[in-house]
Amino acid sequence: MPLTLADSSPVDSPDREYLWTLNFGPQHPATHTTLRLVLTLDGENVVSAVPHIGYLHSGFEKLGEHLDFNQYVTIVDRMNYISPLANEISWHHAVETLLGIELTPRCIYIRTICAELMRLHDHLLNVGTTALDLGAFTAFLYAFTQREKIYDIVEYASGQRFHTSYTRVGGVLFDVNNDWVNKVRSFVNAFGETHAEIHKLLTRNRIFMDRTKGIGVLTKEDAIRFSATGPLARASGVVRDLRKDEPYLAYRDFDFKVVCSQGGDCYARYLVRMQEMLESVKILQQAIENIPAGPINIALETDVVLPAKPAVYRSIEGLIQHFEVIMPNRGFPVPHDEVYAATESPNGELGYYIVGDGTPRAYRARTRPPSYIHFAMFPHMVKGHQLSDVVAILGSLNIIAAELDR
Amino acid sequence: MLDLLKSQLPTLITIAIALGAILTTCAYLIYIERKISAFMQDRVGPNRVGPLGLLQPLADGAKFLLKEDVIPGHVDKVLYLLAPCVAVFTAMLAFAVVPFGPVGDEPSWMRFIIAPDLDMGMVFIFAIGSLSVYGVVLGGWASNNKYSALGSLRASAQVVSYEIPLGMSILGVALVSGTLNLEQILAQQAKGGFLAWNVWTQPLACLIFFTASLAEANRLPFDLSECEQELVGGFHTEYSAMKFALFFLGEYTHMITIAFLMSVLFFGGWHSPLATAESAYPGAWAVKLGVLFAKVLLVILFIMVIRWTIPRFRFDQLMGLAWKVLIPLALGNVIALMVIRQFGLSLWWSTVASAVMFCIAGAISTNASRAALERARSPLATAG
Repeated sequence: MPLTLADSSPVDSPDREYLWTLNFGPQHPATHTTLRLVLTLDGENVVSAVPHIGYLHSGFEKLGEHLDFNQYVTIVDRMNYISPLANEISWHHAVETLLGIELTPRCIYIRTICAELMRLHDHLLNVGTTALDLGAFTAFLYAFTQREKIYDIVEYASGQRFHTSYTRVGGVLFDVNNDWVNKVRSFVNAFGETHAEIHKLLTRNRIFMDRTKGIGVLTKEDAIRFSATGPLARASGVVRDLRKDEPYLAYRDFDFKVVCSQGGDCYARYLVRMQEMLESVKILQQAIENIPAGPINIALETDVVLPAKPAVYRSIEGLIQHFEVIMPNRGFPVPHDEVYAATESPNGELGYYIVGDGTPRAYRARTRPPSYIHFAMFPHMVKGHQLSDVVAILGSLNIIAAELDR
Repeated sequence: MLDLLKSQLPTLITIAIALGAILTTCAYLIYIERKISAFMQDRVGPNRVGPLGLLQPLADGAKFLLKEDVIPGHVDKVLYLLAPCVAVFTAMLAFAVVPFGPVGDEPSWMRFIIAPDLDMGMVFIFAIGSLSVYGVVLGGWASNNKYSALGSLRASAQVVSYEIPLGMSILGVALVSGTLNLEQILAQQAKGGFLAWNVWTQPLACLIFFTASLAEANRLPFDLSECEQELVGGFHTEYSAMKFALFFLGEYTHMITIAFLMSVLFFGGWHSPLATAESAYPGAWAVKLGVLFAKVLLVILFIMVIRWTIPRFRFDQLMGLAWKVLIPLALGNVIALMVIRQFGLSLWWSTVASAVMFCIAGAISTNASRAALERARSPLATAG
């Protein structure tokens, strides 16, 4: 179905000259990042909306052709900075698919735990900002208190709070210890309380329900047609979750459910996200008790991972191998092949299409960002709603501009 | 001339004290609001300036005064400068007829009301209260900014709608007391003791009054004219420094007036539930003053807690609440009280009528919302 944009609607015809244009963004408190919408308004009603992109364009994809697979992880971090680790995991998932690498069980579990923590991280922010955009400030800060704890956990493992750059081709940067496991365990056990508090503040709140029910409805057909993914699609009744449908990492081992709803409106998206957080907690509880022992990186013989520091300093073989991986004119062997691999990021299907040309850098590193695809649906969803609904819908879509523009 | 000054001296002193008190209170209400929101949100709140951050309001005030006072080039200068003055002036003026202490029981050098014995006291408050929207409308209009214009349009429609239930909820009180004079309404409640507080006989009117006056004061959930998330501050987007602070001051003064009116009209003013009707010991006025201020503070705290708990209405829902819920309820309340007065029934029948109307309204609205829920049903399903 083609999108009808304001440009093509007869706004200029004389009987509609009372319509006026409102420039919504790029600097606006409700866009959270640098989005821009040009709204055509009939009083309070939105006649049409034109989303503009490109205000945060930084050439991320082009950089992917100039940095090697390990270096580029610092860039994918910055695409969706609400859940940076999930991007890294997704990127290296694609790279490892290209190289045909099998990860060690311990690494798989660590990455799974990180991915689920990031899902909590992202959903907390989204639920919080949805409430914030409707004027409920308190739920937002409840969510942020918990996000702070996730930052601490991530910092403990990787040394960075925000842009972690934690994963590496064939493994992760540092091993985790028992303290970290205990941190995650205590966080997961305490999380339910905050979840219940947010639930109490919002879910049955009459004003919140009135503001979100029936707002920005996306039908199942439209969701499929617009290739919506993630919570957005599941809230419209599309039963698709890559964790179940194409299991990667350790998701095969865990007992969890895919949360779906039939409403397709902002309220359904909120409910799906809230429930998904509980499912993530379930996964975390299972994963944290079953982390296998063993190495975090794949075998040295693959010439992909760095040798341990003592080996580099004390043996010539270690030193040579270190340089083989690090030096810009060396690097590890990459097949002449192309691959698309995706993971279920908190926001939806986050995929990378990588073309290898034998050099340690990708010939093409294309991202499939959920935000970009979801933002395209916005004019369709907002039509006929009011100005106040614009922020509600925008909040429920969870658009991250850096990921949108790349 | 000197005689005139002498005779008006208590009034002048009262004005000076009341004005000073309001300004200080407003500053500290902002501090209290920030502390309360911090308490509700697991934060610390202002704690840098002075002990417990108690000097924060002074620092804020100094900041507002010293900030660059920008007048954007595209504004209508006269109206732009007039708007904040109107906002503060009307908010302050409305306070003139509000008794803020035990009138008739005060020390000789001051009075607890600026304009005593005004027989149309309540009418005066509403007249001035409706004028206060001019500050918002003028500000939004003069700013020459689309967001501001939307904000002021919303404000005008909102105030016009909410004036009606506000006035009608007071009508019941006036009917029962037989006067519009706030001092006499207060005196009647005090004379009758704890059970004569209007809130017991007219709980519905109290609720409507409270809701409508929140809307009048532009407090969340009714702050549609300035919502940061959609309108980026609405009518005061283009205002900075002290002019912005004046709008703020107007809003908080409005809140204080509401709190006083709530206490005076419905909660027995300075009458303490523990005291007997007549307690004439020396210094009783100080105790009464304390009781009244405690009630006022409780109302203000309640308003603040509401602000940090619930989301904001949408514009059509806001209008719906006024025209479909509050006005019919207020009308019903007035009719019930008319019938009770006409047939000389006990006032407690009014409580019954309020409860019945409240339940009926609740039943209708939940049924209506259930139907709406059926239409927009979104049950949560899990698969896999």
